[in-house]
Amino acid sequence: MSVITESLSTALQMLTQGDERLLHTVGLSLQVSGRACVLGGLLGLAAGAALAVTRFAGQSVVVGLVNTLLALPSVVVGLLVYLLLSRQGPLGSWGLLFTPAAMVVAQSILVVPLVAALSRRLLLSALAEGGDQLRSLGAGRFTTALVLLVHDRLAVLTLLLTAFGRAIAEVGAVMIVGGNIAGITRVMTTTIALETSKGDLPLALALGLVLLAVVAVLNAGVALLTLRGARQGVVGAEAMA
Amino acid sequence: MKAPPAQPLVTLIDAGAQFGSTVALSGVSLSLQRGDRLALVGANGSGKTTLLRLLHGLLPAPHARGMRHAHALHPEGRAAVAAMVFQRPFLLNLPVHWNVQLGLWLHGVPTALRRTRTEQALARVGLASLAKRPARSLSGGQQQRLALARAWALQPDILFLDEPTASLDPNAKREVEDLMADFARDGVTLVFSTHNLGQAKRLATRMAYLEAGRLVVERPVREFFESPGLPEQAQLFLKGELPWIT
Repeated sequence: MSVITESLSTALQMLTQGDERLLHTVGLSLQVSGRACVLGGLLGLAAGAALAVTRFAGQSVVVGLVNTLLALPSVVVGLLVYLLLSRQGPLGSWGLLFTPAAMVVAQSILVVPLVAALSRRLLLSALAEGGDQLRSLGAGRFTTALVLLVHDRLAVLTLLLTAFGRAIAEVGAVMIVGGNIAGITRVMTTTIALETSKGDLPLALALGLVLLAVVAVLNAGVALLTLRGARQGVVGAEAMA
Repeated sequence: MKAPPAQPLVTLIDAGAQFGSTVALSGVSLSLQRGDRLALVGANGSGKTTLLRLLHGLLPAPHARGMRHAHALHPEGRAAVAAMVFQRPFLLNLPVHWNVQLGLWLHGVPTALRRTRTEQALARVGLASLAKRPARSLSGGQQQRLALARAWALQPDILFLDEPTASLDPNAKREVEDLMADFARDGVTLVFSTHNLGQAKRLATRMAYLEAGRLVVERPVREFFESPGLPEQAQLFLKGELPWIT
């Protein structure tokens, strides 16, 4: 018990005093996952929109595949990206392995199926409600999707926050493609894993607390957005009554 | 010298629509002239909405059958502009004025003109003071007026309306009818579906009765209600709707 309280006390001290190593790790984590979320989010939204508004042979297979990839293990993504970026791999000449850029790529791949599958469902529901009306105003298929994403922007933001949560909390992929190099590719999750194995619990605990705080802030953001969306819905429904 | 006959705005020749194995519309031939006000009546599922969507060109090729011609206007020398108002308007989670501006943007109206036309359209339907309110917080009647403003801002030659007053209270219904009459006076061709025969009588110059996806009869409104020779199905429909007609 004393180990836990001691570690917790040291962790809180590190947090309040703004420990440099801690701040750097947190900063890098936010940077990598933020970029992955933007890149993967854009690709995922584009894929989700394409799957929602187009019809092509084998579409149900592609949709099934995207839904399957929702449960994609992060270590598998890490392995695939490692194979692509390693010296012998097809993209080895880019020299990205064991850099933050490789971690961004891995986390982007991880969030693309999530964003694609959820945005497709979101768009299908919005299309059923207003697709014809937007087409009657002259919107093409992709313009319709774009307008509907703006229309449902709160849901899209919630979706992106969920994707960010998945990216920042994963450890397997960034460990494999980043190499967990101190000061260069060491992020919160990989540091926690390393410091725990070394027995340096205060830093691991401090990072764990920060990670929890980040996830809590994200959850609060999602809850607020959901509440705001629900309120708008209620106002709209009351107006229609 | 005799003037050449006016060119119709839209013509359907033996047109139809099919969804899977369900035939929603078949063998419909119809043409719309400038200034026509055509009311589509018939029971639920008779094909009114499908006909409106077909006339507007909203049915994709795998579903649409037959021929649809949207003719160039003469002497204006341009394609007829069409707009549609739906029974339950889809309004974006944006302020009122953005909902009108969006339609203009989608129609390729230059930026400089969009603001003016939006202001004019909102003033026309009495929503100018609510321009900055969230569109989805408007009442049902106001939402339908906003949908009319969005359509009118496009300066349409033809306006299709799918049961535009179906879910409105009497006041809102009257407001929407007044706007429709206004638009008609401006020379806009109206095609609307309705279950309200009184409304059809007030607003239409022609009536078309549909049953099970077929256009049973189409004639001037006075002849539809008063002249003999109406097909039996249409007579039965009128008796159901207007029991005082013998």
